[in-house]
Amino acid sequence: MSELFNLEIVNPEKSFLSADDVNEVVVPAYEGEMGILKNHISIISFLKPGIMKIYRNNAEEKFYIEDGILEFKDDTLSILTSKVIKLDKLDKSFIDNSIQEAEKSLLKEGITDQQRFLISQKIDSLKSIVAN
Amino acid sequence: MPSLDDLKKRIVSVKSTQKITKAMKMVAAAKLKRAQDSAEKGRPYSEKMNKIILNLSENISDKENAPKLLTGTGSEKVHLCIILTSDRGLCGGFNSNIIKKAKSFFEKITKEGKTLKIITVGSKGYDQLKRLYKDKIIEKISFKESKNTNYFDAEKVGNMIIELFLKNEFDVCTIFYNKFKNVITQIPQEQQIIPLKSSEPDNSSSDSNYEFEPEEDEILSNLLPKNISTQIFKAMLENSASEQGSRMSAMDNATRNAGEMVDKLTIEYNRSRQAAITKELIEIISGAESL
Repeated sequence: MSELFNLEIVNPEKSFLSADDVNEVVVPAYEGEMGILKNHISIISFLKPGIMKIYRNNAEEKFYIEDGILEFKDDTLSILTSKVIKLDKLDKSFIDNSIQEAEKSLLKEGITDQQRFLISQKIDSLKSIVAN
Repeated sequence: MPSLDDLKKRIVSVKSTQKITKAMKMVAAAKLKRAQDSAEKGRPYSEKMNKIILNLSENISDKENAPKLLTGTGSEKVHLCIILTSDRGLCGGFNSNIIKKAKSFFEKITKEGKTLKIITVGSKGYDQLKRLYKDKIIEKISFKESKNTNYFDAEKVGNMIIELFLKNEFDVCTIFYNKFKNVITQIPQEQQIIPLKSSEPDNSSSDSNYEFEPEEDEILSNLLPKNISTQIFKAMLENSASEQGSRMSAMDNATRNAGEMVDKLTIEYNRSRQAAITKELIEIISGAESL
């Protein structure tokens, strides 16, 4: 596994992570989980709330990601996201708060099916974090 | 000729003003560092976003059905201008520069017979525009409560713009802000965000073929609203760095001017003190002579 590529995760406020020794990234893409290896075809896609896994240096890092856009081109994966947190830095109160908020917004009237889908995804993935 | 007491009072008051401006300069310098940092750190995000959208719009197959946010409504009748200013004064020409730029744009538009709508972000812009353009201002927003520029505020503004656009309230949207070049120089900018105008055509990427998941138009319709919030956020970051820079140099000037004034007043004070002593001496001597 010496097939490495570049990864860049950018927040509106700062560059969150930048690495050039990534083996594989698994992202929660809009239409299902997607694993990305070197020499992947150029792609643009969306992320839904979920867990992103990054494999590098023979280790696995997990991040909770709430939304984002993904672009892969010339062996560089760029992810633009407004919220990304490393999994072991998430504390329980934050998760509980987010779940509560999400459940509240689910009850609001006038949300579209797409929003409903995204919010329930968010709740599911947060709950699975708590369960582990 | 002011009396000695008056001069003394004035010196004291100028000195205390100087103290205030000096402190403000210090505070602005500390804040500038942070604002500049976040402005620079925020640049990659908006640049990347722009790039992706450019790539997307080049690859889009069905140009006629492309989202209106990208291509515009087809007419240019109603202009919406977003004026980003600060919430606080005492920052030199910072706000006036934006307003000046915006006003010349307003005049151009009204001359062409187009309708103008204004949204002001930051209370100083509203204060300066309300006299001339009160009936044109449809909304005023101020983020006095938020301590730092954050993305949620930008998103709020972005969502508002999109909502107005979907209600066909305007055709073209332009934002005005100060771009931070360095501490002394801030350049007022106008940037059109709807329909999207790419400032630099990117030729290098035209040959790339992307795979899209989901479809192009679905991605675009999701991405474009986000891009608007991002552009506004970028403008807000640039603005807050510019504001602090502008305030710092303005306060530096004020401190220096106050120093000069204190020197001048001190000389005047000493002169009139000496004159008073001489006068008294003359009185005593001539009094003694007459005896």
